[in-house]
Amino acid sequence: MSGRDKLLDWARTRPGESVQEAQERRLAKAWETPTGWRYWSAVNNTEVGLWYTVCAFLFFLFAGVLALIMRAQLAVPDNDLVTADQYNQLFTLHGSAMMFLFGVPSFEAFSILVLPQMLGARDLPFPRLSAFGFWCFLIGGVFVCGSIYFDAAPKGGWFMYPPLATEYQDGYGNDIWLLGLSFIEIASIAAAVELIVGALKTRPPGMRINLMPLYAWYVLVVAGMILFAFPPLIAGDLLFEMQRAFDWPFFDPDRGGDPLLWQHLFWIFGHPEVYIIFLPAIALVATMIPAFAQRPLVGYSWVVLAAVGTGFISFGLWVHHMYTTGLPNVSLGFFSAASVSVAIPTGVQLFCFIATMLVGRATGNVPMLWVSGAFAVFVLGGLTGVMVALAPFDFQAHDTYFVVAHLHYVLVGGVVFPILGAIHYFYPLVGGRSLSPRLGKIAFWLAFVGFNLAFWPMHISGLRGMPRRVFTYEPGMGLELLNLVSTIGAFTLATGLAVFLWDVIRPKGRQPVSARNPWNAGSLEWATKIPPPPWGARTIPAVSSRYPLWQQENFVADYDAGRFYLPDAEEVKRETIITTVIDARPIQCLRVPGPAWLTMIAAGFAGGFFILGTFELYALAITCGALATATILAWLWTGTAVEPEKEEKDIGLGVTVPLYASGPASVGWWAMFITMIGDMAAFAGIVFGYYFFWTVHPEFPPPGSRGPGWEWPTIALAILVLAWAVTMGAQKAIRGGRERLGIALLAACLVLGPVGVAALAAGPWLTGMDPTAHAYPATVWVLVLWTGIHLAIGFVAHAYCLARALAGRLTARRDIDIRNTTLYWHFMFATVLVTVATIGGFPLVS
Amino acid sequence: MAAPPDDTLAALLGESSVLAPAGRSAAAIAELSWWLFGGATLIWLVVIGLSIYAAYFGPRAHDEAKVRLLVVGGGAVIPTLVLAGVLAWGLWLMPQVKPPLPQGAVEIEVEGLQWWWRARYRAETGETAVPVANELALPVGRPAVLRLTSPDVIHSFWVPALAGKMDMIPGRETVIVLEPTRTGVFRGACAEYCGASHALMSFAVLVMEPAAWEAWLARQAAPAEPPASAAAQRGMAVFTEYGCGACHAIRGTEADGDVGPDLTHVGSRRTLAAGALPNTPDDYVRWISDVHEVKPDANMPPFGMLPEGDLAALALYLDGLT
Repeated sequence: MSGRDKLLDWARTRPGESVQEAQERRLAKAWETPTGWRYWSAVNNTEVGLWYTVCAFLFFLFAGVLALIMRAQLAVPDNDLVTADQYNQLFTLHGSAMMFLFGVPSFEAFSILVLPQMLGARDLPFPRLSAFGFWCFLIGGVFVCGSIYFDAAPKGGWFMYPPLATEYQDGYGNDIWLLGLSFIEIASIAAAVELIVGALKTRPPGMRINLMPLYAWYVLVVAGMILFAFPPLIAGDLLFEMQRAFDWPFFDPDRGGDPLLWQHLFWIFGHPEVYIIFLPAIALVATMIPAFAQRPLVGYSWVVLAAVGTGFISFGLWVHHMYTTGLPNVSLGFFSAASVSVAIPTGVQLFCFIATMLVGRATGNVPMLWVSGAFAVFVLGGLTGVMVALAPFDFQAHDTYFVVAHLHYVLVGGVVFPILGAIHYFYPLVGGRSLSPRLGKIAFWLAFVGFNLAFWPMHISGLRGMPRRVFTYEPGMGLELLNLVSTIGAFTLATGLAVFLWDVIRPKGRQPVSARNPWNAGSLEWATKIPPPPWGARTIPAVSSRYPLWQQENFVADYDAGRFYLPDAEEVKRETIITTVIDARPIQCLRVPGPAWLTMIAAGFAGGFFILGTFELYALAITCGALATATILAWLWTGTAVEPEKEEKDIGLGVTVPLYASGPASVGWWAMFITMIGDMAAFAGIVFGYYFFWTVHPEFPPPGSRGPGWEWPTIALAILVLAWAVTMGAQKAIRGGRERLGIALLAACLVLGPVGVAALAAGPWLTGMDPTAHAYPATVWVLVLWTGIHLAIGFVAHAYCLARALAGRLTARRDIDIRNTTLYWHFMFATVLVTVATIGGFPLVS
Repeated sequence: MAAPPDDTLAALLGESSVLAPAGRSAAAIAELSWWLFGGATLIWLVVIGLSIYAAYFGPRAHDEAKVRLLVVGGGAVIPTLVLAGVLAWGLWLMPQVKPPLPQGAVEIEVEGLQWWWRARYRAETGETAVPVANELALPVGRPAVLRLTSPDVIHSFWVPALAGKMDMIPGRETVIVLEPTRTGVFRGACAEYCGASHALMSFAVLVMEPAAWEAWLARQAAPAEPPASAAAQRGMAVFTEYGCGACHAIRGTEADGDVGPDLTHVGSRRTLAAGALPNTPDDYVRWISDVHEVKPDANMPPFGMLPEGDLAALALYLDGLT
């Protein structure tokens, strides 16, 4: 039998089989997880989410072991367990891994795993993108962490301040940090795009945005923050690596650069980062509290507003990491005010949780123990946070162990404890069996007592004059006992985590499968049978309340019987429903792709690009980059905009929706739009650099320097605006059925784009601007470089559309490729306009 | 070589607690701190008490309307008032904590370097500036304006007992005002991670009565006295022979290097190598012969190849430069 016949055979209902049995058999076939070595080609959220979560947790353990070595070194004064250099690698990698390899990824990983369940969807809209992100994360994470085994780990601190990290630390360590973590940040942004589109477009019919689970609200807020916070760091990383690799002096004061530019770019990322890590844990608490209290959360809309408010305010606080850089008192006052104000939405969220428990009848269990412990720890961290938000107090506390204590109270109390509670809570949903309440309690108390022993004394150490990031301290300052207690506490905490880990990995074969919905929760993810079948939702439910399991009559019975949408996979294909953003009306039945190796291969080549680039093997790196691009194009060609065998599909309950969508109705368009918003944020970071230099120099561009002139930039603008217009013309032609005209216009674009890039580069090139001479030419060149790379991607998009049109796959009815390309070019127009106005126009008026 | 008693170095570098202030700025911050600690303890007890009550001891089903009032009051209104209060206090303190530049202050230029401190006392009567290293002295009761710079990486100047910290950033000049209120020895340290030996970059601030301070400054301004003993004279010859003067200055001799610390009165300092060692002849020997054991990656090359006798003589000479 051919593959198609086999599928048809699967699709047929067999004799003696009930309708439901046949449906489940077909669903199981469509969503079956590959076995054997092919298992690793899976892309479904249940597999990728699980791998992702496990890896993030392994990096957490790794970073924790680094911390234990540091605590052992600091147990006694003048210790020589590790050298200064090793210690500096340890703390750099500890912070970097906790932030980049655990904090952010654990949220994304866990969301990939459970968000579709919470939304009653079968998968996220771009499973292969999730898989690609996971493989990038794994490769990048192993690369960065592995460096310490070669004594080559980064040692500039997780904040990598220049000039120390640019000019005073040789070796590959800091390059590994820059390129390895940039690679991971790109994966993080990809996951953020996926999650935003998932929360906005894959909600079940009827789940209007005000019925969305709070977890999904937090996903939106946090993924949105990732979208605006990570790109400035990537922009900063680009400037940083250009300085390290090619001597472009962005941060070198002798050549017009400024080390503070990095601090701004880093903390514009770095402060929201704290909330990016913290809010998801609050989201877990908001998900678990109603189950503890056995009633809906009090103040749903307040919590939503508070989460959104926290997200916004968090972008206005970054300067509180720079209080001691000698800023004027006015700035200090402004940022102090902004910094303390973030405590208000946090207080609202916390009180909504307490209120829910007051109104409901709390059921004591292990997850709730973790959450209670989290409150006790986090509230103290929040209170010390208000202290360090006040500039006068911060002048003393900044960069001391007081801040080490503060941030660990916030992040362990606010993040790690809720996550451990959530692992205990959600374990049956993933693993099918429950964790042990007894081991859970032992783990909690060891961790709770150990944590406080470890970190509470650090408040005092800091106030007694112990700076951060010291590999040793001298006896006689009153630090010996404090540090010894901290070390004992750290190992106690580690013991608690070891008990927790044992509970997670211990064999549970003899243990009965957990009861269905063991916590009697009201939210959708618990509707599934346990152990969970691979298809996720048995049927995509019609939702009319926030807690359907509590509030919708007969819900679970209807769910089990498949009486909602898409109870079947008639064509044995993976399908989920796309709904409208606000009121969740079904508008498309989306076929999502199944297992593939392409994503892993693409991630491997992309990793090769970054890793080989780190070691200055540029020819090999560029080869890998080209292969990664080719693999991604092959993936797009074979896996996206697939021609459906029919136009529409009956998804049940009398609703028929199209199988193909383009433009704003499609998830692809939304993903492109959201990605480009993030791209604009990175671009804004670079443009910020230009204008920042203008503010720190008495005259900028510096007197006597030759700029790119206005002529060539203007010519470039004209050509590239034309390319943009022709792109729109091509879209109009193709959508109007004049495909040959469309092909001709796309071919014209292939000429216009490169000519435009050449014209843009001609300005600084012909005036002989040397990017290594001064920060000014370097900034002009980096703007041109950024724009040029984006136009190169635009060129690939044009070429792709042209090839699709020539292959007959881009037609009036199947127009998603050209529509996404046009959308991309709208953003290119903005990029080119700002670049030209800045490099060509600004010198005329400044 | 006898190991120094454990507490020597800490005692030499002086007090370093934020909560035992010896300066006007630090005192204002310490007072604020105590109120913050007290207030935070109170808020923590109330909030955590409430959450434990709600989670474990609450009688069933409180009235939701009343509970909503609690959310508004406890979550929004009270925090807003409290935060507005502490913010206002913090802002009100700013002129004391970071005062405008005072008149009649002692003026000092301080440079942070990997991993030591260079300072120049600006002359008040037109004489040349007085260079010192790794140890400052200030008169009690008189403000001092410190202009902070760095020629290499970012450092941060911090004397907890006197004031908060201020970063030293290449390409910029930052300013900190210290106003000591009692005499004593106070430990300072670099607070910004600055590379391998960030942990070994401390200094002492000696706060003295004005007359004693004048004498100290005059002493620091004077050139080095010629070595008296034969051994010390040999040490001076070793210093010249091995080219130490290429990096170090000893005013009154031909050594006028500007790369490392000025050693004119190195023997008078309480510690060696920016707080890495106490200051005894043995410590000079250890430092000079084994620089990187004491201070990883320090810029000074080790001179372990010096004959033992030369080394001892050199140590004696330097120790005598009081």
